[in-house]
Amino acid sequence: MPQGKLYESQKLALWYFWVALALFGAQVLFGLLAAWQYLDPNFLYGKLNFMTNRMLHVNAMIVWLLLGFMGGVYWFLPLELEREVVGIRLARLAFFTLIAAVGVVVLVYLLVQYGPGNALTLWFITEGREYIEAPRWADIGIVAVMAIFLYNVVATALKAKRITGVAAVLMFDLVALAGLYTAGMHYTPNISMDQYFWWWVVHLWVEATWEVLAGSIMAMALMHLLGTPRRIVETWLYLEVALVFGTGILGLGHHYFWIGTPEYWLGLGGFFSALEPIPLVAMVVHAVYDAGVHRMQTVNQPALFWAIAQAFGNFVGAGVWGFMQTLPQINLYSHGTQLAPAHGHLAFFGAYVTAILTVIYMALHQVRRPELPKFDSKLWKWAFVLMVVGIFGMSAAMTVAGFTQTMVERAIGGSTWQAYIEAQTHPWFQNGMVWRFIFGVFFLVSYLVLLWDLLTIGKGQAHASKGVGAHD
Amino acid sequence: MEIGWIETTIGALFATVVLTLWLSRGSGWLEPRFWRNAAVVSSLIMSGILVYLTIDSLNQIREGSARVPAYAVINREIGLKRDYEKRRDLPVIGEETGFFGRVWSEAEAYSLVNKGKMTLQSRNCMDCHTLLGNGAYFAPDLTRAWLDPKWETMVKSMTGKATKEEAMAEWLQHPDRYPTFSRRMPNLGLSEEEAKALVAFLKWMSAIDTNGFPDRFAGVQ
Repeated sequence: MPQGKLYESQKLALWYFWVALALFGAQVLFGLLAAWQYLDPNFLYGKLNFMTNRMLHVNAMIVWLLLGFMGGVYWFLPLELEREVVGIRLARLAFFTLIAAVGVVVLVYLLVQYGPGNALTLWFITEGREYIEAPRWADIGIVAVMAIFLYNVVATALKAKRITGVAAVLMFDLVALAGLYTAGMHYTPNISMDQYFWWWVVHLWVEATWEVLAGSIMAMALMHLLGTPRRIVETWLYLEVALVFGTGILGLGHHYFWIGTPEYWLGLGGFFSALEPIPLVAMVVHAVYDAGVHRMQTVNQPALFWAIAQAFGNFVGAGVWGFMQTLPQINLYSHGTQLAPAHGHLAFFGAYVTAILTVIYMALHQVRRPELPKFDSKLWKWAFVLMVVGIFGMSAAMTVAGFTQTMVERAIGGSTWQAYIEAQTHPWFQNGMVWRFIFGVFFLVSYLVLLWDLLTIGKGQAHASKGVGAHD
Repeated sequence: MEIGWIETTIGALFATVVLTLWLSRGSGWLEPRFWRNAAVVSSLIMSGILVYLTIDSLNQIREGSARVPAYAVINREIGLKRDYEKRRDLPVIGEETGFFGRVWSEAEAYSLVNKGKMTLQSRNCMDCHTLLGNGAYFAPDLTRAWLDPKWETMVKSMTGKATKEEAMAEWLQHPDRYPTFSRRMPNLGLSEEEAKALVAFLKWMSAIDTNGFPDRFAGVQ
């Protein structure tokens, strides 16, 4: 593999990408196991329960997206600041520490699964709080790794004596990223307070700081991919930050409707979260305009397609599916139903998976055949289409199931245990779960196609380009 | 303290726009400087409001407040009543009935509920159930679990226990023994102490004022 002109930081980024992709596979696998347990509740019952599969499913996602983002930053930062990232050895150490920690946590999740109801369990097995199940020791590790990451970005910018707008936004965001995660690292028996700060991690962290992090990475990607002028890219990034933080910080209120918090959150949360899709619409406009200017042509088609998918996916998944259930009058009945994972699947895929795949395709181009006029393969379009269809299929199935729950369980049945069972056994719900599984398998296949494409793209092209050369 | 959400919203947006325009005077609205100012101003103003509202909210959801009851509420009868003016169900606290055959002091109730919350987290309940509507969607919502009719109509006779709390504690220790649905809860090895504590937690949680969620639970009239 010719890696001649890569920065050390970029070589490290490749490690991040491949581990991220492996964890992506784990995420899909455990998701499928959990989806199958809806259809056959006795499958692995008592051995590998739904809760464990589900925990591995969501945690694999969080970690792989985080690794993908860090890889993205380590890839573009030296290009952005025109120098090697400082503290590469520290970054490598952080990488291997993180991988080792993830390995240990996964083994504990699989082999131990749960413990007695005391503080030791929370420190060493699981904190048992959806999405932030990681035991406390691992939480501290994550914050330490993020701190090293932040230090590297800041120190590189200072040493380069070049703080670009993108770098400034990135630093600002990483401080919030490391800081907000600590909001989830406390214990209280008061579940209202627990949930209050839990959402600082689950909403402010994932919906606001991740969104801006993905925005910064996409900004750097667009400059390299389409040669969009810095002035334009940075203006869009500022606009995005203004709108994402301007609407998203108080949009947090849409999670404060029913956890015991005061009534004013119904109004504030409803209003600001209704504004939350605005920056996402702006991004679609931007992406369509950019792609149109270039007539959908670049040297790296797969990256361009994933970049456009990012703009649309973010808008549809986070914006439309989120808005569908964000007003309190609707949320009173739709809350705690399959509509939430329908939105979650589309949003995480649309906003983050697509962004990371954009960067990975760009990186592979540089690594494999930087001189190629066109980075191409036969498979990437298949991977792209299959994956988009797979995620839409799953989300559509969950939307129908969630709608059934909203009506049968929440609105008519009064949300009791019996009403729950009635909704779960309703044909619309059950068909939804079957289709979710079918599209899940479909998604696994598309993941394999994608992985194969990523492993091979650009490699076979050596012959092709030689062939063209011979003709010329 | 009552905070008007409309005033807060309009004030926040107005302050953001005015401050951004004032700081950016001299540059057009398409210039990077304008949007950089907008980004900084909106982040700071919205974060400031969030901090202020957080202080207020935390005061209102402290245990023992009007919205979140003190832990000793486990000694009392808990029910739901429709508030027709507000169009929502509100928890009502009734007379003292005791819990597992005795009355618990505030300190005892705290340690029991605390143990229950620890148990809840240690067994990863939220990765199957939802609490206050948050969690996974594989198993029923537990927000008002204590008030669920099924304990009286089904689980009491199944387990042969005399009281609801005893029936719940027994069921939680052996959910695999008492199936209620084709999808059974696995046996997560709860000790008797943990099961009792979990029941206390669920009872306490059912008395939280959740702004009416879930609506008309068990057909509240």
